Amino acid sequence: MSAMLKLEVDGREVEVPPGSTVMDAATQLGIFVPHFCYHKKLSIAANCRMCLVHVEKAPKPLPACATPATEGMKVWTQSAQAKQAQNGVMELLLINHPLDCPICDQGGECQLQDIAVGYGASESRYTEPKRVVMHKSMGALISAEEMTRCIHCTRCVRFGQEIAGVMELGMIGRGEHSEIVAFVGKSVDSELSGNMIDICPVGALTSKPFRYSARTWELSRRKSVAPHDSLGSNLIVQSKGSTVMRVVPLENEDLNECWISDRDRFSYEGLNAPDRLTQPMIRQGGTLKEVDWQTALEHAAKLLSDVRDQHGAAALGLLASPQSTLEELHLAQQLMRGLGSENIDFRLRQRDFSADGKRSGIPWLGMKVADIGRLDRVLIIGSYLRKDHPLLANRFRQAAKRNQEVNLVHVASDDPLIKLKTKLVVAPSDLPAALSRIVAAVAELKKLPRPAGITNLAIDEPSRAIAGSLVSGGSTAIFLGSTAEQHPEAARLHALAQEIALLCGAKVGFFGTAANSVGGYLANCVPGGAKGLNARAMLEAPRKAYVLLNLEPELDCHDPAAAMRAVKSADCVVALSSFRTRATEYAQVLLPVAPFTETSGSFVNTEGIRQSFNAVVKPLGEARPAWKVLRVLANNLGIPGFDFDSSESVRDVACRTADIPARLDNGISGIDLATAAGANQPASNALERIADVPIYFADAIVRRAESLQQTKDSREPRATMSPATAAKLGLSSGDSVRVRQGDGEAVVVLNLDEELPQNCVRLATAHPACSGLGPMFGEVSVERAG
Amino acid sequence: MLNAQSLKIIDKAVAKYPPDQKQSAVMAALAVAQDEKGWLSPEVMDFVASYLDMPPVAVYEVATFYGMYNLSPVGKYKLCLCTNLPCALSGAVEAAEHLKKKLGVDFNETTADGRFTLKEGECFGACGDAPVMLVNNKRMESFMTPESLDKLLAELK
Repeated sequence: MSAMLKLEVDGREVEVPPGSTVMDAATQLGIFVPHFCYHKKLSIAANCRMCLVHVEKAPKPLPACATPATEGMKVWTQSAQAKQAQNGVMELLLINHPLDCPICDQGGECQLQDIAVGYGASESRYTEPKRVVMHKSMGALISAEEMTRCIHCTRCVRFGQEIAGVMELGMIGRGEHSEIVAFVGKSVDSELSGNMIDICPVGALTSKPFRYSARTWELSRRKSVAPHDSLGSNLIVQSKGSTVMRVVPLENEDLNECWISDRDRFSYEGLNAPDRLTQPMIRQGGTLKEVDWQTALEHAAKLLSDVRDQHGAAALGLLASPQSTLEELHLAQQLMRGLGSENIDFRLRQRDFSADGKRSGIPWLGMKVADIGRLDRVLIIGSYLRKDHPLLANRFRQAAKRNQEVNLVHVASDDPLIKLKTKLVVAPSDLPAALSRIVAAVAELKKLPRPAGITNLAIDEPSRAIAGSLVSGGSTAIFLGSTAEQHPEAARLHALAQEIALLCGAKVGFFGTAANSVGGYLANCVPGGAKGLNARAMLEAPRKAYVLLNLEPELDCHDPAAAMRAVKSADCVVALSSFRTRATEYAQVLLPVAPFTETSGSFVNTEGIRQSFNAVVKPLGEARPAWKVLRVLANNLGIPGFDFDSSESVRDVACRTADIPARLDNGISGIDLATAAGANQPASNALERIADVPIYFADAIVRRAESLQQTKDSREPRATMSPATAAKLGLSSGDSVRVRQGDGEAVVVLNLDEELPQNCVRLATAHPACSGLGPMFGEVSVERAG
Repeated sequence: MLNAQSLKIIDKAVAKYPPDQKQSAVMAALAVAQDEKGWLSPEVMDFVASYLDMPPVAVYEVATFYGMYNLSPVGKYKLCLCTNLPCALSGAVEAAEHLKKKLGVDFNETTADGRFTLKEGECFGACGDAPVMLVNNKRMESFMTPESLDKLLAELK
């Protein structure tokens, strides 16, 4: 590292590392230089010219954002020369900018408006006609109705190229005819697109769902935490009265930087969905009727204790969504244990629980999120990275541009928009074997013996390439994604990943599937004792009574068909839900609980950070925070230890921050690495299912977010298979096909994908159209429909 | 989308750049595509984008930046008259009037018989020959007086 550069800005001395710009030096001193196109996370464009400053010995003013800082440089940001340049640029920028602030959605939070106050003239000298730019259609999330307001800073274009990884917007034309457009007939479909709204310094790109619904100064702002993926993005939730109006990122360099995914940004629409459950309901004489809280809770307590008294405590089961807060998960499991049952789980989409009792600790990322960028070799196993973890994907995307080699082994060919070193797509049943081959290849390269169970394996070319990449690094990690966690042989995949890691000195990490994937373990919301049933067992051997916390079994479970059979056959289902779900068909008691914006609570993200938040608005109707509901329910059942008077006191009992690191450990032991030949292989003529969880169907809130439901990612699911597999079945692209699995079926349109493994059908789960089907992996049959 | 002959020329242009910088050949590829198709439809630009592994909108940016690319169908002869200052001072205004009267079309319009499209161009870098006109992007005509224009139009039948 060469010496720091010393320079002077506005007469104050500052030291910056070589490679810094004048803008960096000014920022370090807290000196504001007006700018539009400059953004700290984007490349330098220097096309707005607003940041012109006066530099000693330079004949003309220079743009601070693009001028390298040099030793002994003297810069003035406020001198007569600088001021004249800045005012001149401002006048030029305003020439074609409409004076429509009163009707502009950006009014009050507009960089152009703010800077015009400081640097603009009070009156325009321009009398000629202004330029008009036609509005554009960019999809359901971004409104580009007033492109005349655009000042051509190209932040949105650079965001697409550099952060989202896909250039969806471009600047066409030249000079005065420049316009920001998407390619003819295309919309903006990136899962990070909403950030373009934030970085647009004017009112050209605005939020379509928020448009014209409130003014920025009418909104009150509260910090919160995103309830969807396992990153725990920090949010600012803005509300008016008792309604959440908008969500924007709260900068946290360690987690979400200054971005949030579209799911975190626009899911708030689901909070105001028309099917919110706002009144407790009980079933009497076969019909549901609205009752007061006391009646509902007493009824629930009576039903649960009746089942326990008649059938024993083991007839009770708790299924909780991993999007529930730490406090809710803690109290729910305590309630179930108080009733005497150990049938408790939050890992609803997991299939293989054989790792329970064999893990050294709670599965987690294995490192800080920010450390992902410091890795130089990475293997990602089974992850729809972009859709499951939009911002973790961005960490890899940025690192891959530097020196990180990213290798991906997955069951589908989706482009992660990351520069990949090696990509290997295998059938789900072949995933353990594929990892075994990588273990063997790494052992061979390292000249180490193969671990027990990894024998008689021919190493193929992709495994060798991946192994070569992994062993060549200085800082390596193996990550297991959602597919690896949901896989029927998840424990073996975990153990194989650990073997690879041991052989090449790497870390193992889990991306985590939901906001509280780690928190659920911390809250002990998992089966206990020898007889406690996990999520799968509880549904395959149906219980007499279920307590459901924030879930829709037909959409949130690994095997929707089994889940629905189980809850429908139960004598008693007590559903704590924010929405009128299909529980109205089978539940005896429906208790309206508050979603994350209406309750205080905590999520523990995948790196083990406990983040607490307060309610943003009052609960809707008669809905109440679930921790309070569970407390009263426990009191009614006479279960001791529920004397909490705040969610904080629940939280501190559930887990103390200081205790978390010691409990996180990705080690696993006692798993047989050998895959029996033909295990999991479907019968020769059957097809194997590959199921993904579509990004905007992952949980109850986002399923109800209207605008997200109109995006391309929310299209009706399609069955996808390789052209060869389709040809074998006599099917072609666009055919309507019937996919059968167990007793269930779904009729969908067929798509072809050359990269998909043979004899596989990809069909999403978590979507209402597929809720009659069975497990996410396993045998299915496909035939032409009608 | 494009014929084998065109693809061969594009491949030659691509070969001039490192393999991971195929998109450097975008201008050449668009010119070749236009020579074959007459104009650049969205489908053609989309094809060039996938052929060069670049985002379609980036191709669109290039195609709209340069005046020589036709984004809509043009006549058999595209007449592009320079109207920048040196040409304008040396008779381009008169030449434009003459052309418009003679062809019965305005700038950016095509004659009813589909023979001529009239366009306004930016400086071609030949101000000494002002006013200058470009025929079908490749043939430069100097000193465009009404007489020489008449001669040219007669020739381009």
